[in-house]
Amino acid sequence: MMPELGKYAGAVLSSYGISLALLLLLVAVSVRRARRMRRELEEVEKRIRRNG
Amino acid sequence: MASIWQYANPRKFIDTTDRFLPWLSALALVSLVVGLVWGFFFTPEDYRQGSTVKIIYLHVPSALMAINAWLMMLVASLVWIVRRHHVSALAARAAAPIGATMTVIALVTGAIWGQPMWGTWWAWDPRLTSFLILFLFYLGYMALWAAIENDDTAADLTSVLCLVGSVFALLSRYAVNFWNQGLHQGASLSLDKEENVADVFYHPLLVSIAGFILLFVALVFLRTQTEIRARRMRALLARERLQ
Repeated sequence: MMPELGKYAGAVLSSYGISLALLLLLVAVSVRRARRMRRELEEVEKRIRRNG
Repeated sequence: MASIWQYANPRKFIDTTDRFLPWLSALALVSLVVGLVWGFFFTPEDYRQGSTVKIIYLHVPSALMAINAWLMMLVASLVWIVRRHHVSALAARAAAPIGATMTVIALVTGAIWGQPMWGTWWAWDPRLTSFLILFLFYLGYMALWAAIENDDTAADLTSVLCLVGSVFALLSRYAVNFWNQGLHQGASLSLDKEENVADVFYHPLLVSIAGFILLFVALVFLRTQTEIRARRMRALLARERLQ
């Protein structure tokens, strides 16, 4: 299944490894911050409504 | 007919993008997986570049997005300067880390490809240098947003920085045409079929580019929603402190 990459295997695999890791990190950080901010805003709005 | 400015309303923006986000994310994932798997596993070696040609499926889309993310930020910044819509300033802020990541991917994959092909990781070539400066502009843009407490002042100053940085975004794109003296070759994609890469590389490259574009749009939507919520929370907390 793995294609024959020859003497450039290191270059090709490291390019894919680093790029995919950076993309996954970007997505993970964005999703995590989005969830946290949504939750925190809901809590603040709830508290303000409660306290009038 | 509905106006585009209705999306300048934060509530409307969040409601609309919430509907599109799952579809956009799914499409981005499918396009990226298809484009990269096709390019990595099912394309031949190039007669000159060998298997390093497979790096094109990451390098070209990320470089394209690095430049276009800045141009999107430029449009959003101009909208902020002219019409004072907060959502546009926050969309520009949201796009910056994505553009910076794309620039890093383009620089790193370019260096990894350049070592065996050019015999060097780096050269002070016009396109490489303008790309590095574009990355520094991304860092400066994000740092400026983080350093200024007042949102409107931050939006004003970062918009001006974005206008200045646009020179380097355009230079990154056209440096090869302006100065025919660097190591970097001409564009891999062209409207002129003769100049394009061969079809066997071109089709998976197009799918991969579509994946990067969709990922960018999905992340900008998600991150803009987050910035809108963060801004509202800061406003609510400030009001609470005053009472």
